[in-house]
Amino acid sequence: MKHVDEYRDPAVAHALAAELRAAARGRWSIMEVCGGQTHTILKSGLTALLPEGVELIHGPGCPVCVTPVGLIDAAVELALRPGVTVASFGDMMRVPGTRRSLLEARAEGADARVVYSPLDALKLAQADAGREVVFFAVGFETTAPANAMAAWQAARLGLRNFSLLVAHVLAPPAVRAILEGGRSGVQAFLAPGHVCTVAGYEAWEELAREFRTPVVVTGFEPADLLEGTLMAVRQLEAGRAVVENQYARAVRRSGNAAALRVVAEVFEVCDREWRGLGVIAGSGLRLRAEYAGLDAERRFGLRADAREEAGECRAGDVLQGRLKPLACPAFGGRCTPEHPLGAPMVSSEGACAAYYRYGQ
Amino acid sequence: MAHGSGGRMMDRLIEEVFLPEFGGVAAHERHDGARLDGSLAFTTDSYVVRPLFFPGGSIGDLAVNGTVNDLAMCGARPRWLSAGFILEEGLPLETLRRVVGDMARAARAARVEIVTGDTKVVERGAADGMFITTAGVGMIEYGARVGPALIGPGDAVLLSGELGAHGVAVMSVREGLAFETEIVSDTAPLWAPVEAMLRAGVEIHCLRDLTRGGLASALNEIARTRGVEIEIEETQVRVPAAVRGACEFLGLDPMYVANEGRFCALVAAADAERALGILRQFDGQATLAGVVGAEGRGEVVVRGALGGRRVLDQLSGELLPRIC
Repeated sequence: MKHVDEYRDPAVAHALAAELRAAARGRWSIMEVCGGQTHTILKSGLTALLPEGVELIHGPGCPVCVTPVGLIDAAVELALRPGVTVASFGDMMRVPGTRRSLLEARAEGADARVVYSPLDALKLAQADAGREVVFFAVGFETTAPANAMAAWQAARLGLRNFSLLVAHVLAPPAVRAILEGGRSGVQAFLAPGHVCTVAGYEAWEELAREFRTPVVVTGFEPADLLEGTLMAVRQLEAGRAVVENQYARAVRRSGNAAALRVVAEVFEVCDREWRGLGVIAGSGLRLRAEYAGLDAERRFGLRADAREEAGECRAGDVLQGRLKPLACPAFGGRCTPEHPLGAPMVSSEGACAAYYRYGQ
Repeated sequence: MAHGSGGRMMDRLIEEVFLPEFGGVAAHERHDGARLDGSLAFTTDSYVVRPLFFPGGSIGDLAVNGTVNDLAMCGARPRWLSAGFILEEGLPLETLRRVVGDMARAARAARVEIVTGDTKVVERGAADGMFITTAGVGMIEYGARVGPALIGPGDAVLLSGELGAHGVAVMSVREGLAFETEIVSDTAPLWAPVEAMLRAGVEIHCLRDLTRGGLASALNEIARTRGVEIEIEETQVRVPAAVRGACEFLGLDPMYVANEGRFCALVAAADAERALGILRQFDGQATLAGVVGAEGRGEVVVRGALGGRRVLDQLSGELLPRIC
């Protein structure tokens, strides 16, 4: 399969690994920001190919992991209301709220459905004018354009029974919070390729300058991650700190103009609570005033207030690279994918799920 | 719902609820069907697929082929089927006719007779269109004895063809997920390749069709029942390009996607090449994909293209597409 096979080619991977071993002299900690990258690393066994001094630390880029508990509770509560359908990406269904997940709520009779695209949620609303359809709009910059498009179309169509429960987050402010927190020991970042495909990487240039930290925009296949790591190590060894683009086949510096336009038309930047991390300034998106009529929190009078996490889950430390999943006392015993204490154990992009699944 | 997805939660349901009460033959064989008196095999399965029709087949094809294949996996020639229908009030008669037509065609292709049946109509909302339960009786031939208990270290693991087409075909027409694809279900009866191996005297130790939960669940079940490690070569697990594309796009792992016309055969090492030759007469994509390792924790391990080894865990919960 084109655009996949060439980046999974064992010969290419081994050649890059050899270059990496030759380039790395110091001890370096590099964070891959996106959970999709974490899964590739564990699934393809990349850690075994890295030189001893190079460590990859897993970052906060798991959209369902960072969606606040209060919003999940709000989604569950909505789905249990008669006449309301909550439509969500599949990943979101299993994430535990305070008491239950959307999937568990469905077993109790809630109408929670999996959609692959927000536009499919829109179709559900069009097909049944008597039902309120709420789309649970989660994700990073990557999912924002399609979600914005759903809001835009709903407004154009004058749909009265469609709304969005918005939990959008932005990647660079979270990385800034990690750098300002200063406890993770991360010396360079592999920036999330798909986020940058949409948003470009100017925001990452600011971070690289301000914190003198190398950033490499990196893809998701094994060869991408090895090459990204190699580029980061070369910068670290040379004492450079700039943004480089490994994922040039998809990413341009200024991002995707059409996608950014629809996002800016519908959403505006706001402060946002991250599950496990707390409130991060300027790290979220919310509907603009012109689209406030589509805001599910307003329409249904929800208060997605901050809620307590199940005591034992240390997702916050895992998401900031301070704790490896295997070092968590609950991992694999009291916390498993069937009985998760926290979101990183259930999401297909969660670091704990990756360790559990691939038995590392 | 996840209790029915063929993964770890369903195992728990079987172990904690059904086996303690029912016991009997089922308790020590843990196979898709039961072997009775040495010469008869008996099995049953219920079909609840949504939607009822999908590219390459329908619930009718599955209801016949699924049960036929459970018998074949016992090393038995499928002979007679029963069919029970639960119909939701208001189901169009035309829909029922189409499904029944598909069943008749599939039965002819598999050379089985549908000899008895039952129909119940329940009120609207109490069923989703229609549910079908089939039971099947088969004759164990060639003195076949197959089951996880017989496998041992060194046995070869063969796959009968490319994986993932059925699951992706069904997903492509499911509400909220619909996408355009050329992929059609692989639903097919599997007795012919099994019989060919038996007739040639291949020492078959275990057979398993790769339905719900896919290859990963089938191998985990076998590995755990027997307490051995099974190692699979990732490069020998073939997946059609279109299925790979859809899986990449949906965030699914083809190892976990359902098939309705694919099986794995665990055979004595000495017969591996011969068995592969026979399977390739039926499907050129059959592969020698792995080997049974030492006795141990009952894990399935995948050797990746890059040389790394990872555990292929059982499916936990339902297979759900990811976000981005």
